[in-house]
Amino acid sequence: MRTGGKAAAAAARTTIRSVIARYGDDATRLMDILIDIQDALGCLSRGTVAEIAKGLGIPQVDVEQTVSFYHFFAREPRGTYAVYLNDSVVADFCGRAAVAAAFEEAAGCPFGEVSADGMVGLFHTACIGMSDQEPAALINGQVFPRLTPERARELVAGMRAGRSVEELKGTAYGDGQNAHPRVRALVCNHIRRRGPTVFADYSPGAALAKVTRMSSGEVIAAVKSASVRGRGGAGFPTGMKWEFARRAPGDIKYIFCNADEGEPGTFKDRVILTERPQMVFEGMAIAAYAVGARQGILYVRNEYRYLRDYLEHVLADLRAKGLLGEAIGGVAGFRFDISIQFGAGAYVCGEESALIESAEGKRGEPRDRPPFPVEKGYLQRPTVVNNVETLCSAVQVMLKGPEWYNRLGTEQSKGTKVLCVSGDCDRPGIYEVEWGFSVNDILAMAGADNVQAVQVGGPSGACIGPEEFGRVLAYEDLATGGSFIIVGNHRDLLKDVVLNFARFFREESCGSCVPCRALTGMAQVVLERIIAGTGTAEDVERLQSWQAIMRYNRCGLGQTALNPITSTIKHFRGLYDARLSTGDPRFVPSFDLAAAVRDYEAAAGAGKE
Amino acid sequence: MSPKSAKAKKIVATTSLAGCFGCHMSLLDIDERLFDLIELVEFHKSPIDDIKTFTKECDIGLVEGGCCNDENVHVLTEFRKHCRVLVAVGECAIMGGLPAMRNTIPLKECLDEAYLGGATVADCNPGRVIPCDPDIPKILNRVYPCHEVVKMDYFLPGCPPSADLIWDALVALVSGKELALEYRTFKFD
Repeated sequence: MRTGGKAAAAAARTTIRSVIARYGDDATRLMDILIDIQDALGCLSRGTVAEIAKGLGIPQVDVEQTVSFYHFFAREPRGTYAVYLNDSVVADFCGRAAVAAAFEEAAGCPFGEVSADGMVGLFHTACIGMSDQEPAALINGQVFPRLTPERARELVAGMRAGRSVEELKGTAYGDGQNAHPRVRALVCNHIRRRGPTVFADYSPGAALAKVTRMSSGEVIAAVKSASVRGRGGAGFPTGMKWEFARRAPGDIKYIFCNADEGEPGTFKDRVILTERPQMVFEGMAIAAYAVGARQGILYVRNEYRYLRDYLEHVLADLRAKGLLGEAIGGVAGFRFDISIQFGAGAYVCGEESALIESAEGKRGEPRDRPPFPVEKGYLQRPTVVNNVETLCSAVQVMLKGPEWYNRLGTEQSKGTKVLCVSGDCDRPGIYEVEWGFSVNDILAMAGADNVQAVQVGGPSGACIGPEEFGRVLAYEDLATGGSFIIVGNHRDLLKDVVLNFARFFREESCGSCVPCRALTGMAQVVLERIIAGTGTAEDVERLQSWQAIMRYNRCGLGQTALNPITSTIKHFRGLYDARLSTGDPRFVPSFDLAAAVRDYEAAAGAGKE
Repeated sequence: MSPKSAKAKKIVATTSLAGCFGCHMSLLDIDERLFDLIELVEFHKSPIDDIKTFTKECDIGLVEGGCCNDENVHVLTEFRKHCRVLVAVGECAIMGGLPAMRNTIPLKECLDEAYLGGATVADCNPGRVIPCDPDIPKILNRVYPCHEVVKMDYFLPGCPPSADLIWDALVALVSGKELALEYRTFKFD
C-alpha cells in the first residue's frame, strides 16, 4: 500500500513535469498547464499545486490563486464522471429540477458531492451556452443536451456499468459540423435565420486575398467607414480599436478573439465556432494584417472544449492552405498564427482585460484602465480583443465592401446581429438579423405568445415588458450582445428569473471591487426577503439606490451586476409592490424570533437528557 | 430648574444589548459636557439611572450592541415601541460586532464547546447540561444587528463611537440641527 502510494506520487510527479515541459516551463501558460494536469490526475490537490509551483519556479500562492479562481478547477477528485448540470434560468424553464432530482437519486448523492463509490460527481454550473436545448449538462467535458429524468437515470446506470463518455453519448449527433468526426456532439445548431454576414455563403481566403493587396491603413479605413462596432455588447468601433493598436509603439502585438461568452442565454459563439471557424480565423488574420501582429489567441470558454480537436484541425488546414503561417497569401513578411486558449469557468473572463489576465495564467480579474489593452495588453504588448462575431463582420466588410455593409441596419448600427433566442417560445435558436428589428418582430419569428417579459442582452442588459416590445434592437435603443430570453406570462418573474440572475452575479463576481463583491450578495438576500413576502418598501428603495454605488466597480460586468434587479424594479414595479409586507414598518418583518431560537431549544433540550 | 424647562427637555433612553458597555463609557467620556447634557435631556430607561421599564414615551433611544438572545430582542422591541428616534450606537449595534464572530459557527457547536467539550469544562459539568431555564434568555441562532430586528433611524459608527461624535449627534437630534460630520469622526485608522 505504502509503496503503491509512493509509486503513484512518483507517477504524478512525472506527469506534472512533462506537462510543464510541454509548455516550455512558461508560467504564463499556467491555465493550459493546470487544465492538462487536471485532465491527467483528476484534480489539483495541494501536493500537485506545490509540485507545479516548484516546476515553474514561482511561489505556490501564485498557482493557488489561479486554481481557486476558476470553477472547473477541482481541489479534490470530482468523480470518474463529473456531471456539471447547468442551472441557468432557461434550464429551469425546461425542467432542470426534475433532471437534477433524477441525477441525485440515481447517483445517491446530492449536488456538490461525489457518490460514495467515487464514480459520479454532481455539480451545478452557470449557463453552458445551450439555452436552445436545455436542460443540458457537461459530463467529462462532453455536452449532453435536452436531458430528461429518464435520460439522467440511464446515464448514471451507464456510468456504473463502466461505459465510456463516448458510449454514453451515443451517435445521435447534431446537425451541420456537430456531426464532424472531430466534433461528434449531440449539440444542435438551430440556425433559424441566416443573415448576409456570418451565415452567408462563404469560402475561406477570398477576403484575405483582397486584404493583402491593400495597405494596412486602407484595411482600417474600410472597417472604419463600414462603422463596424464590437459585437460583445459594448459596441466600441472596431476600426478605431485596430488603429490604436497599429499606432501603439512596439513590434510585438497580439490579436485576441474573445469566445468566452458567459452571459446567460448566449450561445452564438458556439454556433459560429462550429459552422464558421475559418471565418473567425480569417478575421483574426485580417486584424493582424491591419495592426501588424504576428500572433493570435482564440480564448474559448471551457464549456466549449468539446470543439478543441475540431478547431485545431481547422487551424492546421488553414496553415496547409497558406492562410495562416508564413507568407500568408503569398505576401512575403506577412506571417501570423493562432493558438487556442481555454478558460476554466469564470464569467468575468469575458471582460477583455480579465480575459488577458487569464490568458497570462492569472486570476481573471479585470485590470485598471488606462492603459487599455490596445496600448498594454497581453504580456504588456499592444493587444486587440475582438468578439467572434465582430471578426466575422470584418471578413464580410473586406469581401463585399463598406458600402454594402452600410446598407444593412440602422443609422447608428450597421450590419447584422446574431441573436440567441431562448426561453418560452416555439423556435429557440440562432437568428441572424439586421440591426433595427423590433422585439415584437423577433417574438413573431420565434413563435412566442403570452409573453410577460424579454431579457435583452442577458442579465446585465434590460428586462422589458410588453409595452416596450416595439423598441428596436440597435446600439441606439436596445443594445445586445446576443442573448434574448423570453419569459412567458405563467412564470414568476422575480422568483424564476431575477433571483436566478442575482445568484449568478453573486457567484461570478470576481470579488476585486467591494461594491460588486458585497452588494451582489446583499442584493440576493434582500431579493429573497421580498420574494418570501417579508420585504418592505424601504428594501426596494435600497436596492435601487445601490445602482449608483455599482458604477464604481472597475469593469462593465460589475457595473451592470444589479441590472436584473434594478431593471425589473423599473419596468415591473408592481410585481415587487404586490409582495411587500403590510406589517408595522417599525419592526422588520423578516425577523422571526421563533425561528431564531429553534437551534438553541434543540441543543439545550438535548443537553438536558 | 423650573417645571416648565424640565418638561421641554428631550427624553432619552439607553441600553446595552449584546455589547460591552464601551459605548456607554464613551458617552460618559464627554467630560464636563455631562453638565450640559443633564440640562439638555432627561434620562428615562437607562443603566445611567437604573430605570428598568418604560413608563413614558421617549424622544431618543440609544442602543448599544446587537441581539444575541431573545431578551435583547424583547428590549429592542420595547425601545422601538417607546422611542420616536432610535439610534444604533457602535459597531455591535450596527453590524453585530465582536459577538457576531460566532455567526460562522453553528450554535450547537458553540454550546458544545462552552458547556460540554471545551478544555476548561473538564469535569465540572458532570450532568452534561446546557443551561436551559425559563429564567434565562434563549440564545439566538446568530447575532443580529439591530436593523435586522427593528427599523433603526440613525447609525453612529465606531468601536466605540468617539465621545465627540455621540455628543454632537445628541445635540443635533435635540436641537434639530443637521450634524456636521467631520472626516475625522468616521476615519478609524
